[in-house]
Amino acid sequence: MTQIIDTKTVKHVAFLVRMGISDGEAQSFSQQFSAIIDFFNLLNEVDTHDTPPATQVIHANMVLREDAAQPSMPREDFLKNAPESEEGYVKVSTVLGEE
Amino acid sequence: MTKYETVIGLEIHAELQTASKMFCGCSADYASAPAANTNICPVCTALPGAMPVINARAVEQAVLVGMALNCTINPHNTFARKNYFYPDLPKGYQISQYELPIASEGWMDVPADLGEGTQRIRIRRAHLEEDTAKTFHRGDHALIDYNRAGVPLLEIVTEPDFRTVEAALAYATNVRAILRYLGVNSGDMEKGVLRFEANVSVRPIGSDELRTRTEIKNLNSFRALTRASAYEVERQIKLYESGGEVVQETLGWDEARGVTVSQRSKEHAHDYRYFPEPDLPPLQLAESFIESFRAHLPELPEAKTQRFLRDYGLKLQDAALLASERSLADYFEAVTAQTKDSAKVVCNWLTGEFMRQINDRALSVDSIPIPAAHLAQLIDLAFDKTVSGNTAKSVLVEMFQSGRAPKDIVEAQGLGQISNEGVLKEMVIKLIADNPKEVASYLGGKETLLQWFMGQVARATKGKADPQAVKQLLLDEFEKLRK
Amino acid sequence: MELSSLTLRSAQEMLRSKQISSVELTQAMLDRIRKIDPQIQAYVTVTEDVALEQARRADERLATSENVTPLTGIPFGVKDCLSTKGVRTTCSSKILENYVPQYNATVIDKLADSGAVMLGKHNMDEFGMGSSCENSAYFPTRNPWDLTRVPGGSSGGSAAAAAAGLGLFSIGEDTGGSVRMPAGFCNVTGLKPTYGRVSRYGLIALASSFDSIGPMAREVYDVAAVTEAIAGLDKRDSTSSTLPVPQYTQSLGKSVKGMKLGIPKEYFVAGMEAGVESAIHKAIQQFEALGMEIHEVSLPHTKYGLPVYYLILFAEASANLARFDGTRFGLSVRDGAEDVIDVYLRTRAAGFGDEVKRRIMLGAYTLSAGYYDAYYLKAQKVRTLLRQDFEQAFEQVDALIAPTCPTTAFKIGEKTADPLEMYLSDIYVTATNPAGIPSLAVPCGFSQGMPVGMQLMGKHFNEETLFQIGHAYQQVTDWHKQLPPLG
Repeated sequence: MTQIIDTKTVKHVAFLVRMGISDGEAQSFSQQFSAIIDFFNLLNEVDTHDTPPATQVIHANMVLREDAAQPSMPREDFLKNAPESEEGYVKVSTVLGEE
Repeated sequence: MTKYETVIGLEIHAELQTASKMFCGCSADYASAPAANTNICPVCTALPGAMPVINARAVEQAVLVGMALNCTINPHNTFARKNYFYPDLPKGYQISQYELPIASEGWMDVPADLGEGTQRIRIRRAHLEEDTAKTFHRGDHALIDYNRAGVPLLEIVTEPDFRTVEAALAYATNVRAILRYLGVNSGDMEKGVLRFEANVSVRPIGSDELRTRTEIKNLNSFRALTRASAYEVERQIKLYESGGEVVQETLGWDEARGVTVSQRSKEHAHDYRYFPEPDLPPLQLAESFIESFRAHLPELPEAKTQRFLRDYGLKLQDAALLASERSLADYFEAVTAQTKDSAKVVCNWLTGEFMRQINDRALSVDSIPIPAAHLAQLIDLAFDKTVSGNTAKSVLVEMFQSGRAPKDIVEAQGLGQISNEGVLKEMVIKLIADNPKEVASYLGGKETLLQWFMGQVARATKGKADPQAVKQLLLDEFEKLRK
Repeated sequence: MELSSLTLRSAQEMLRSKQISSVELTQAMLDRIRKIDPQIQAYVTVTEDVALEQARRADERLATSENVTPLTGIPFGVKDCLSTKGVRTTCSSKILENYVPQYNATVIDKLADSGAVMLGKHNMDEFGMGSSCENSAYFPTRNPWDLTRVPGGSSGGSAAAAAAGLGLFSIGEDTGGSVRMPAGFCNVTGLKPTYGRVSRYGLIALASSFDSIGPMAREVYDVAAVTEAIAGLDKRDSTSSTLPVPQYTQSLGKSVKGMKLGIPKEYFVAGMEAGVESAIHKAIQQFEALGMEIHEVSLPHTKYGLPVYYLILFAEASANLARFDGTRFGLSVRDGAEDVIDVYLRTRAAGFGDEVKRRIMLGAYTLSAGYYDAYYLKAQKVRTLLRQDFEQAFEQVDALIAPTCPTTAFKIGEKTADPLEMYLSDIYVTATNPAGIPSLAVPCGFSQGMPVGMQLMGKHFNEETLFQIGHAYQQVTDWHKQLPPLG
């Protein structure tokens, strides 16, 4: 195995994507990630110096949207799925360090 | 002691004035929404499976702004995902332009730091992106309104080319004027449609290095921009002078205390993990499409100022003032075209009493309540000496109050000037006959009494007599008596 | 009426000739689901009320013969990653366990407009992440051919339902083989259309540049009919194609004589189960007998297909799944959380399964500062080469043939311990998605009693050719008519 993704890195990445993980999980992810990344390193064999990255799957003209306002979806429908709401707003816990 | 030089780069986030949002058909007019979460759909609230579609008008507006800022419009530009978590960001990423923005490498000239001439500010890029939702903090919780989420934003970024806070202000003011000219942004700072971010550093004069900079975010007014930048420059200089180092960080501006404050959050190191937005193919703009906009580009403030100097012979300061707002400039030209008097007189009216009325009444030049034809008529009444200058001013006030045409006001209130020489001559002869003592005194050398005689006529005519005419008649009569 | 062997086409004829009503057909299907599905568990949600109401309306259309389409009155099921208004949509994840969408995916709207009858939502690997349907947060779906084996994934529920006659067609979704691989495992015909052919609006995204919604059914005709109904430009999906949709069912029956079939040599290397290899070779002989020219071609970057696929998928998925944050919908773990960031951490920890967590985290890792060029960008460059491989091959041949999987369906639990080993089962089906090309999975035999599938790959927007070849094959073989041993 050429590249080790240690538990510290795993925890850093977990926080980037807001994934709560335990120490035990960090350990097992660390092993799995190292194996998978090693597998990805197979691509290093390919010479891509003159190859542009793919930017579009099919060659097609994108249809833009005409600037016209449409009616809103009913607020009650939207809020029905919200875990918590208050006075028509979606309610969340506050962000620490902010006011 | 080391002398320091200011180095500022500016980012302007301008909301575009489209009917719908950047990537969905919801109304972009969140300011007029009747209540929270009433301009929403699956796209702007990031419901699973919803997909973005680019608003054609936002693209057009971005092209116009890019051209007005002398940018290259990129025929191939792309959108990217900027990934971070925050309650006001429903998708967990913002769709923005990263590697290939719609416009790049522009410039704007601003007055040079000292004295004459101009300094060229390089504009790095202008790119399209979407606004976030609005968060209202309520103690231990927060409330989110998605009406603003997805409103189109144009972010305009300069190189760190400003050497004074004043230059940054001049640039920001010009950008606002241009956005308003193009009709893509109301410039209404109080509503938050324009927000500034200043990147500030200082360095010893003569040095070329770019020292550690701080970013002051969310500056919502010109005042905040200048105060915060000036404060930050001072703070950094003091820091270096006391042997300290500037730390790269994001700052907020505390308007009440007049200080910048560090905005440390849990997410200390940002790692936005930009990558191309797979839901949006590259935006391809045909050259013919881009070129078709050059013709749509209106005359911009700078060009208009130059034309006003050239065509109307105005003073620079006046020309620039009139040209600063498209509606005011158009009004000026409309009035000038309809009056017998000169453009300079129209300019005097507009920059004088007229502007005072607009300001006193807290009106906007975008909605001038007086038709250009009415103001032209008023200026003509003064030009024809139908009313005196002073009367004309009071007629203007009445026009603002009632909205009536100046001729109607003058007629209804009998304000017309008595310029009939026969009538005035009779009054003057009678005045001289009735006041022999004063006449003798005047003829005896006390020439200041001329004012007294004129005052008598003015009183008798309630100010409607043309003072020049009265003066001439009096002088003529006294001359006859001398003989 | 023998429901287990009923095809869409024969049901169509029965409905039109009034031998049966849609309500009767739908009720029979619902009864069959009630009876059979407990052993297979293809459905996460059965929408009996919706189905019967749609069937009633379909019968009205059929009675007046107005506005009748090939799908009017036909009952189907759909993978639970398509947003269905008023019907719980879970992606087989805990995080969406109680999510009832406010809107329909475009494909769901199109099917409703055509008069098709929705029976319910199919189980899948959570968010499409898996190749066996074992990654469902609720239960694994079982292969109707052997209940101890997996149906494949991630559209395992859709394949199993189509195979077991629990619906006359299924709407699956293929990100990197998720329609074709389970189709092969379960002996059904399935299409991964060209990227952009079918609107993704309302499809809960896994990898946005790969995801393709495609139908699964008993035979090529059925799949062609459904594709015709769901394909086309959608102004709500910027990546959907403006090209007109051909009438696919019309081109069926044309001779394949003289057409060229390519065998990509890199696909026929060590590692293929013997029974799979021999089934594919027999199929190739069959095509030769039908008058097709067989050519060996090379897709030199084949071995890089899998890492390219997974790298890009992880990256796109890491962003696509950021919206599951417990704020506007879905699971939200708030008790004991000190702030909103803590809510995110707890919600996502509790709501996502291990495979989803792995992929999101690895995706973020490969995109993060310092790694982007080495991983994500590198993968996009090799993707260009993968595409070019296919483009060059299609200059020589009309279609390519390959197995859908190196093995037949494996045992439940056999590969769950090692994620990498599970990834390898996708080796033949992943490269098509980075290239965006269409691919049709067709049953082509059995190995030790379990079905073997082949896939026919074609040029962009050339589904017609694939249908033509697949249909010609099904005219001279009866693999697709073999039914699993169910009650």
